[in-house]
Amino acid sequence: MARRDTPEINAGSMADIAFLLLIFFLVTTTMDIDTGISRKLPEKQDPNIKPPVLKEKNVFEVNVNRRNEILVEGEHYMQIKDLRKAAMKFIDNGGGSAEALKAEGINPCTWCEGAKDPSSSDHPKKAIISLQSDRGTSYATYISVQNELVGAYTDLRNRYANQKFGRDFDDLTNDQQDLIKKDIYPQIISEAEPTK
Amino acid sequence: MSKFKKKKKGMPGISTASLPDIVFMLLFFFMVTTVMRETDLKIKKPRLPKADQVKKLERKSLVSYIYVGKSKDGSPGDRIQLNDRVSDIKDIKSFIFAERATHSEAEIPLLTTSIKADLDAYVGTITDIKIELRDINALKINYSTLKGSALDNMKR
Repeated sequence: MARRDTPEINAGSMADIAFLLLIFFLVTTTMDIDTGISRKLPEKQDPNIKPPVLKEKNVFEVNVNRRNEILVEGEHYMQIKDLRKAAMKFIDNGGGSAEALKAEGINPCTWCEGAKDPSSSDHPKKAIISLQSDRGTSYATYISVQNELVGAYTDLRNRYANQKFGRDFDDLTNDQQDLIKKDIYPQIISEAEPTK
Repeated sequence: MSKFKKKKKGMPGISTASLPDIVFMLLFFFMVTTVMRETDLKIKKPRLPKADQVKKLERKSLVSYIYVGKSKDGSPGDRIQLNDRVSDIKDIKSFIFAERATHSEAEIPLLTTSIKADLDAYVGTITDIKIELRDINALKINYSTLKGSALDNMKR
């Protein structure tokens, strides 16, 4: 029998394998992406223009003091974990009478699942969250509060999106998102100047 | 019997033909993932808060960063860093104008300011920054956070 050398391993396809790996890593590597809470600052106000008068029941007041305690509606202290629920309850209340809203050109809130308490907000479009902090509040608390307030809106929008379109808010088309952003649950968070 | 004995031979040498490919692969990998122009911090590295309502910041070229944290020598109060030097609140306007100058007219409304502030920074400092930004109409801001539960921020 002829004695043959061990055949060399064919290295021709090695390069292909290497490129395959390269492409795999290229696709899967996420370069450290910056994430954060996006907000839009209000435009500079003309001091001569009087701010519109708001009904107190349509304003959800959140105060954070320099000891990082949260005071809601000027009467009870709240833990950060309860804030989202309270904000959702307020936004989703929908207590305004249909006629009064129609007179202002707003469709009554048929999608609200709140308590329809007449002493709370009339309509998500009229519900305003007012956030006031102190100059000495820690940034951690401030971000947590912001996060919970934005989260309240996110939860409500997701709930509506799932009922109406069967998908989460982020998966909707731009038109559908705009509809929710404008007419269903507009995000109205106003920040007052912090106390000294 | 002799038929089987003959099979005994030395180990075949491992082919090194693909070594260049592997090396190139690693090279490309590092080339792609390395972030150029890492600004080195002159202040203590801010420990970012956590939040879950986060959005990704897309198009990094449109983002300018403001760092807020404590100074390295431990003196009290918040320090602000713009680009690579410790600055004053008043420098923010010129900083944003300098950023705008490097972009085309159409991109200016898209410019975002990312605030990377430490957990223990004061809201007062952040407010001062926001007032400066508002004065020059740089309205898009982003509070840089890590992904996580916001409730963890308080447990310290």
